[in-house]
Amino acid sequence: MKPSITYSRFTHWNLFPTIAACAALWPVLGCGGSSSPHVNSNSVTTSGSNVQAITVNSGPTGNYTNGAFTSVTVCAPSTSTCQTIDGILVDTGSSGLRILSSALTIALSQQKSSDGNPVVECLPFVSGFTWGPVQSGDIQITGEKATAVPIQVISATDFPIPTSCSDRGASENTLNTLGANGILGVGNFAQDCGAACATTGASNPGLYYGCPSSGCVVIAESLAQQVQNPVALFPTDNNGVILELPAATTPQASISGSLVFGIGTQSNNGLNGATVYALNDLGNFTTSFNNQSYDQSFLDSGSTAVYFLTASTAGIPVCTDATFFYCPSSTQNLTATTQGSNGSSGQIKFSVANADNLFNSNLTAFVFADLAGPNTLAGFDWGLPFFYGRNVFTAIEGKSTPGGSGPYWAY
Amino acid sequence: MKRRIPQLRISSVKWALSVGILLTTTLVTISPAFAALGEPASSVQADQVHMQGTLRTTQTQAYTIHEIRAATGTIVREYVSSSGRVFAVAWQGPWPPDMRQILGSYFEQYQQAAQAETISRGGRKPLRIEQPGFVVRAGGHLRSVAGHAYIPDMLPQGVNAEEIR
Repeated sequence: MKPSITYSRFTHWNLFPTIAACAALWPVLGCGGSSSPHVNSNSVTTSGSNVQAITVNSGPTGNYTNGAFTSVTVCAPSTSTCQTIDGILVDTGSSGLRILSSALTIALSQQKSSDGNPVVECLPFVSGFTWGPVQSGDIQITGEKATAVPIQVISATDFPIPTSCSDRGASENTLNTLGANGILGVGNFAQDCGAACATTGASNPGLYYGCPSSGCVVIAESLAQQVQNPVALFPTDNNGVILELPAATTPQASISGSLVFGIGTQSNNGLNGATVYALNDLGNFTTSFNNQSYDQSFLDSGSTAVYFLTASTAGIPVCTDATFFYCPSSTQNLTATTQGSNGSSGQIKFSVANADNLFNSNLTAFVFADLAGPNTLAGFDWGLPFFYGRNVFTAIEGKSTPGGSGPYWAY
Repeated sequence: MKRRIPQLRISSVKWALSVGILLTTTLVTISPAFAALGEPASSVQADQVHMQGTLRTTQTQAYTIHEIRAATGTIVREYVSSSGRVFAVAWQGPWPPDMRQILGSYFEQYQQAAQAETISRGGRKPLRIEQPGFVVRAGGHLRSVAGHAYIPDMLPQGVNAEEIR
């Protein structure tokens, strides 16, 4: 980490003229005596049987901001009937492969519950849910293959959506509402739900349903039957992933990077001195900022920006047009500290530019390193801008790595 | 849903904050109940049963918090003003709560606004509904969520929306 000024408090952000001057000179000189610009640097691995190319671009909807997309090959189990689907969002914030039924042209194998009914999943995301059958398929990504993997085929029409699922909020069962042809969840968990969904009774959060023709009913779903993080099922390179994206120094239409499978399993995926941040049971760590700590903080390549605090607590107004984002009058260069439950900590520098200006001045750009917006006060949601210029390791729960057992992040 | 027979084990704890506000917390390990946003606090009972959790009540000068810890591990807090209505709800835990249950008559408004956001958003992000009479913030990731919803006009005087957590 390069030394830099840490602004201790932005209660009145427009009272700091130095920030504006600093921001103007930042790309050239850096600030606060730093000799380097505020841009991370990394090297992106591009060759190896465990390396999958990814691209940050506007995605299949043509309007996605800061989304890392890749392609995935799925096959009917133990057959050569396969399809390669592109426009799949790489998401370290979830686990499991989900594909829109409308993007899938081959038939996979429907999973049945113990009483013979088709299994269908309602997966709650922050603002809504995806609904659709759990089907088994072989998954091939670059040189890695996992067989008979339970995945979710997202479809609002294959099975009627029960009210207990639709009561979760908005449906994200189409290209326009999901924002991608599918989601490749390569997060810290081996399954999407985990032990809770394998139980019966009130402790079961109700993600999995058995669906006889009479209607869908919540069931207990064993760990092995749940939608799986496919990485955990690879024969090798199965303890986690590295997301490697170059720095995005200016807004641009697209950038290319790599999704590398395995941590310390090949010559191209070593930790190389990255700091390991262990996570708590919910998959969170702590971010400290302005002398406050936020213990429900997380890294999430599937979030489009760095979402933190609220306008009044950050002292940064939200935008007039792009109301999901912050619009400071001049770019704010900020520093936070991330802390793992293993006691490790490190400074994170990040910038908050005026999102309305960014969008209006860069109409064909979909890569923005300085995009940030308000969140809840529970934690920092370190979205894709965090990943630019960093190789970020996501280790899977229970898997051993040279940096210790997952779950952890390292960077 | 199986309804358990209430086991009335009630304890009362009092302490004074350094700022001088007296808080009273009542822990009730019964099958709890609950009220939806905008409704009278008496409807608190229904939610508690629905979530099969434990209820804790905390009183401040400005409002009362009914907190239910559901069996799924998710905590829902209902903020009740002195007029007896639920002016805000907050949640956090591994899974979102039943949004229709906690938002009550505001659920349709919530669903429509959230749906509009998924279509217009240009990428996945936290939920932010900002309407004149209804505000929602929600964020998190799979297995860890947090959020709140409130009715701005019903916030008791001097209460900051950011207290609602």
